[in-house]
Order: sequence, then C-alpha cells, then structure tokens
Amino acid sequence: MPLRRFLFAVIAAFALTAHAAELRIGLAADVTSLDPHYLNVAPNNNAAWHVFDALVHVDANVRLVPGLAISWRAIDSTTWEFKLRKGVKFHDGSDFTAEDVIFSLERAATLAASPGPFASFVKPITAKQIVDPWTIRLKTAAPYAMLPHDLNSIFIVSKKAATGARTEDFNSARAAVGTGPYKLLRFARGDRVELARNDAYWGGKSAWDKVTLRILPADTARVAALLAGDLDAIENIPTADLTRLKTNANFRLEQKVSWRTMLLHMDQYRDHPPRLSDKTGKPLAKNPFKDARVRLAVSKAINRRAIVERVMEGDAIAAGNLVSPPVFGYVDALKPEIYEPEAAKKLLAEAGYPDGFALTLYAPNDRYVNDEQVAQTVAQMLARVGIQTKVETMPASVYFGRARAGEFSFALLGWGSFSGDLALRALVATPNADKGYGAWNWGRYSNPKVDALLEQGFATLDEKKREALAREAAMLALKDVPVILLHHQLASWAMKKGIAYRPRTDEYTFAHQFRPQ
Amino acid sequence: MAPPYMGILHSAFWTLIFSMPVFIVRRLMQSVLVLCFMSLLVFVGVYAIGNPVDILINPQADQADIERAIAALGLDKPLWQQYLIFLKQALAGDLGKSFAYNIPAIQLILERMPATLELALAATGMAVFLGIPLGLWAGLKPDSWPGKLIMTGSILGFSLPTFWVGLMLIMLFAVELGWLPSNGRGPTTELLGIPVSFLSWEGVRHLILPATNLALFKLSLIIRLTRAGTREALLQDYVKFARAKGLSSTRVVGVHVLKNIMIPIVTVIGLEFGSVIAFAIVTESIFAWPGMGKLIIDSINVLDRPVIVAYLLIIVSLFILINLAVDIVYSLLDPRVRISEAKG
Repeated sequence: MPLRRFLFAVIAAFALTAHAAELRIGLAADVTSLDPHYLNVAPNNNAAWHVFDALVHVDANVRLVPGLAISWRAIDSTTWEFKLRKGVKFHDGSDFTAEDVIFSLERAATLAASPGPFASFVKPITAKQIVDPWTIRLKTAAPYAMLPHDLNSIFIVSKKAATGARTEDFNSARAAVGTGPYKLLRFARGDRVELARNDAYWGGKSAWDKVTLRILPADTARVAALLAGDLDAIENIPTADLTRLKTNANFRLEQKVSWRTMLLHMDQYRDHPPRLSDKTGKPLAKNPFKDARVRLAVSKAINRRAIVERVMEGDAIAAGNLVSPPVFGYVDALKPEIYEPEAAKKLLAEAGYPDGFALTLYAPNDRYVNDEQVAQTVAQMLARVGIQTKVETMPASVYFGRARAGEFSFALLGWGSFSGDLALRALVATPNADKGYGAWNWGRYSNPKVDALLEQGFATLDEKKREALAREAAMLALKDVPVILLHHQLASWAMKKGIAYRPRTDEYTFAHQFRPQ
Repeated sequence: MAPPYMGILHSAFWTLIFSMPVFIVRRLMQSVLVLCFMSLLVFVGVYAIGNPVDILINPQADQADIERAIAALGLDKPLWQQYLIFLKQALAGDLGKSFAYNIPAIQLILERMPATLELALAATGMAVFLGIPLGLWAGLKPDSWPGKLIMTGSILGFSLPTFWVGLMLIMLFAVELGWLPSNGRGPTTELLGIPVSFLSWEGVRHLILPATNLALFKLSLIIRLTRAGTREALLQDYVKFARAKGLSSTRVVGVHVLKNIMIPIVTVIGLEFGSVIAFAIVTESIFAWPGMGKLIIDSINVLDRPVIVAYLLIIVSLFILINLAVDIVYSLLDPRVRISEAKG
C-alpha cells in the first residue's frame, strides 16, 4: 500500500519537526521514588541522574570521570580530598557548595529504614571536613580505595531545599532541587516523570527542552509504543524484537555489552548438598563440586556459543571474566571456557563419576533476559555429558530468599559490578560477615590467597596498582572454577530514525545523552 | 392501570428500608472478621516467601548491611510480633508505609484507584449498554442473520484471551492505522476532587482501546445472559397474556421481559464489576494504564507487604460493598426476595 506508506512518512516527518525539542522515552522498570537517598535500585537511580549529580560520575564504560568534583586524591592513607566544581548552580539558582555535599552524605547515612539503603556507601567515612567552600576531606578508619567509587552512588541535593524533606517532598518536586541536566516538573507514580531542561547545566545543554520518561514495564507495550510513534526511544528491547527493529529502516538500534554477567553457583561447602545425588536418587559419598575437576567438567560441557546465538539471539557475549570487557579489572587473557564435551566426560571419570550424577539447577524466571531458557539449555547440555539435570524456576521474589537461605546447590545468578575486585569480593571471596566479604558467594568457594589479594587491593589507593591486584586475584580465583561463567548480557536501546544514543555499559538510559542527528 | 404486583413492591420496599440497619450491621460484623482473617493470611504468606531486602538491596551490600536493613524495617522480629504491631497500627487507621515507595500504602492505592475505577466503569458501561440491546436482539430474532452474527461474535469475545486481543487492538489501531494512542492514560482533570481523564477528547482517545479490551469478555457474557433470559421469558404465560391484552411490542419487551431477565444480569454485572476492578491487571499492563492492578503486581514482585495487605483489604471491602449493593438492587427488582434472607 504505497499511499499508506506515503501518508505514514508525511506524518512521521511532521511529528519529527513538531516535537524536535521534546523527547519521550519508554523505561522498562517502575520508578518508585524520586527521593535520591531512599531506595538504591537502578530504575530510581536512572530517574535521579536526570535531576541530580554526584561528586564522581562514570562514563559509558563505567570508568570514573569528574562530576561535581573536578578531581580527587588521597592526601594520606586514610584521607581523601575532593576539589569541587566552581560556579555550579542548583535549579533554584542557589550556589552549589561543600555544605551541600556534607548534607547529602549525612542524609544518605541516616535514611536507613529502606529495603535498599544508600548507607553502605558512606559507612566507611569516619569524619568529614570542609577545608574551603570548594574543598572537602573525608577520613576513613582504614585505607579505603573504593571511596571515589562509592561516592558515585550518593546524589548531591540542595541543603536549603532538602533540609527536613521527606520522600513525598521529593516526589512532589518541592525538595527535588539538584544540579543535574533537567529540572523535575512532575512525577506521576507508575506512569511518567516529566522533566524540563536546565539551561545552566555545567555539563553542557541537553538537546531537548522537555523530556518525558514513560514507565512501561510490559515489553510488548513498550515496543508497540515505539512502533506507533507514541515514543521516541525505548530501553531494554526483548530479544524476540531485536531483528525486527534492526531491519526496520524507520528505527535505529544501539547495543553495548552490559556489566551484567550470568553465572552458576555450585555448592562447595556441604558434604551432602540438597538435591544432589547419583542417578538412582541415592546420596553420593561426597560432594562432587568440592572437586575442581568436576567444576571444570561442568564448565566444559556448556556450549556458550549456542546459548549466545540461539537462546539469547545474539544479545549476549560468552563470558570468561566475572566482569564484562570495559569494566575495571577485566583480564583479556581469561577467555570463555571452550566447549569440549568429550574432555568433560573424561574429567568426570577421573574424578570418580564415570556415570555422572543427578542434580537440580535453580533459576529465577523473571529477573534476567531469558533466564529460564538459559537454565533449560544448560540442563540439556549437562545431560549430554552424563549429569542428569532437572530445572526448577521461580519468580525472583521467591528465588533470592531461598538462595540466601542456602536451599540451592546449583543456582543461576546475574551480577553487575563497577569493578572486578568488587565482583570478586561479593561472589568468590570467603564469606565473612564481619569484613563484608562473600555476601553473594552462595557456593562458599574459599581461597585465602584470593582474599588476601583483595584486601591488599582495597587498601591500595593507586588506581593502576589496584587494577593490577584485581586482575591477579581474578586469574588466581578463576583458575579453580569457583563459579561457572556463562555470558555477559548486551544492553539495547531502540529509537526512531534521526536520533542517536551512545549506549552505556551500566544500562542507564539518559535523556541528555540522546542527540538529534 | 398499574400492574397488580405494585402493592407488593411497595411493602417490600418499606420492609427493606426498615430491616436495612440490622442487615448492614450484621454484614459489617462479618466483614471485619473476613478482613482480619485476610490480613493474617497475607502476612503468613508473604512471610513464608521472604523479605524485600533480599530483592531490593544493592549488590555491593555486605552481610551487615543486609541485616541492618532487615532490622530497620522491623522484619527481624518474629511473625506474631510483626502482626500485632500491624494490628495495633491498623486500628489507628495506619496500614503502614510501602517499603518500595516510602509512602503510606493506603495513599498509594487510593491515588491509583480513580484510574482503575474509570477503566472499570467505562468497560462495564460498554458491556451493559451494548450487551443488553444486542442480547435482546439476538433473543428476539434468534434466526435472523444479525442474531446469528451477534452470537458468533460473543463466542469469540469469550474465547480469545485478553492479552492477545489487547495486543491485536494495539497493532491494528495504534501501530498500523495510527488512530488511537497505544498506551497510557490521557491528561486528567479534577471532577469532584477526583482526577478523571474522560472529560477531554485526548483522555477518551486513550480510554477507548483498554476499555474495549476489558469490556469484551463481559460484553459477551451479558449478550449471552440477556439472550437466554429473553428467549425463556418470551415463552412465559405473562408475556403471552400481555401480548393477548394488546400491549405494544415495545412495552412487552421493554418493561415486562426486560425487568424479569434483569435479576441474573444485575448479579453478574455486580460480581463482574468487582473482578474487573480487582483483576484488570492484564489490560492495565498491556496498555500501561496507571491503575491499581499494575501496582499490586509490582508490589508482589518485590514483596512490598504493606501494599499487598492494604490492597487486598481494600479489594475485599469493595467486594463486600458490591455484594451488598447487588443484594439491595436484587430485592428491589424481585419483591419475593426479602433482604433479611439474603446471605452474605
């Protein structure tokens, strides 16, 4: 129907010129609050980054770049000094000063009654000192390299506007006075966030006068809204629609490797883990996962290329690291394990399981991209080398509680980290509640040498040396196959023709980084 | 000449008015018990599943951070203590703050309610005002081709899944034809202090697709009920008598037939209205309609217990109220039914 095509083109062209300065974006997850210190979850932070800045920002490769602080350095082993950006104004016209920074750090520390508080990022700070209006010093009890990283998570609010403010005051825009690229106009819970450009933004004026962030968690609704022209751009494209949008000349697709790594945890601490037995259901003499050969065999039995190409439809890359390629501490030399089913069988036989064994693989079914399908595929692949694998999936709300209670001996987890050493600390360091190590090490792999390297790294204030230590720890740990690495997800955005976006590894969707072409 | 049963209706009406307070008080007492039981069930259920900290805590948090967050929300206390604290606050009218939103749960639900009510009313209105005439037609002229067409259509309305029909509506009217917006609620204006969207053309445009989608099933249901009732009533003696007396066909159908077939229809409309409010979830998610259904799904996903409890309490109360209203209308329509006999 050429006439309809023609009409469509005319309408599209008209729509483009009419809304040249307005950008409507479809977000994939609900924004629960615009109080930037209440709940630390990605969708809320994504909205907050439009209105607020932090001292330290990260670029598209999750590397630290100056934000409201123009530079930072350790002046001694336990003191960090931050130089603040001069001439920055809040949305209400008042000046940004060190007082606002101190106030924000304190507010984040005291808002503790939240299921995801920000308090952990400011916990290491033992003293704060204002040297002059544009210099602050933060003291920690012990040498702590991660402070600049942590301060990327603390949004700076205006002391004047936010003193005594409750979450409601931020939602109503009264207290939501930041220094960010947009001013908050209106937050309609469960529906949209409306923003207006901050012409005085220190980081350069955004191309859009007005931005509407629509909250559209249903994948089909989001894609349909883009196709129908109700939105200009959307995030988080379902894998099934990728090809369609890629080949459609009216739209443009941007992809980049995300910081999220999919992996499998294996119980390495109990002698008789639950749901692990021989093929007749009788308990095994010992826990096979305690043997590194078995863990390697499992890893070799998995055809990562097939998962990436078929299950993920190209929306992922095979993983050989805990963190994805652009991230701090990534080791080039660590390649994805090669698919060698015969070698896997041989390893199993050497370890004393020539006939394999039986286990249950647990996975959430609403958390990660195609999580259930990935688990099913892995189970099929393990069955081919003789490990009889059942799959049990459940909603994330049930899954994580049971996983943390130690109910699973073989379980899927997705992980996003700022840096390799943070990922190692959470996932493979020996669990130790006092030190905060191994909080997500469900399998309880333990290697004192890795722990020591990590501790050394976190106390090393020099970035280069710290990255070298992080790499060393990663190579040491991953040699033992403490977890089975599967793939890094890709983050994807689709937008109508005429708009460009620089995709980000941290998966954030920032209106100010969309540009008309 | 007034119909002979007019007098009975009259006395029934007065009995109804006089017996109402007793009836309502008894109903309310039953309701309080139901609400208590309901909240206890939800408490135990959510407690058995887990806690929101496991889902919402940031990945970098260590064990101490997790414990601290759980304790700060009072989720480390034994279940019975948590429930007693809830009861105490509930009696003072406070159902707790949402964990995810940090806003009183009741406020959160009430601000979403107008959107859902608007959608539910629009859908129910569509179903009633289209369904009854179409059903009558199909009942009066079952062998004509429009009658057959209506019945075939109603089979489709029954059997096609809502989410699929919703997607097809979006694909056709929003993506292909571009006539209507694909999702969302239009701009709202205040009507008696309640934000509504149907007063503006833009609002109506947004309302058409989701309301149609939600109405489809009820529409088919009402068509079939009306048709069956009509066909049955047409064979009854009083209709034959009315015809024999020479009443016009309009009066026979419009008054005598319609009134008698309304009883089952009112019951079904009432019950369905409750379920439309409570379970508009599918339509709300497909059309990104900012109503209560979307809220409850989001809250269940993060185990936001105060919202789940408050939502279910409100829905149960709504059902109780709707049932009460249905019983009253029912007794007005059918004088043989005494309200005191109606069972909760």
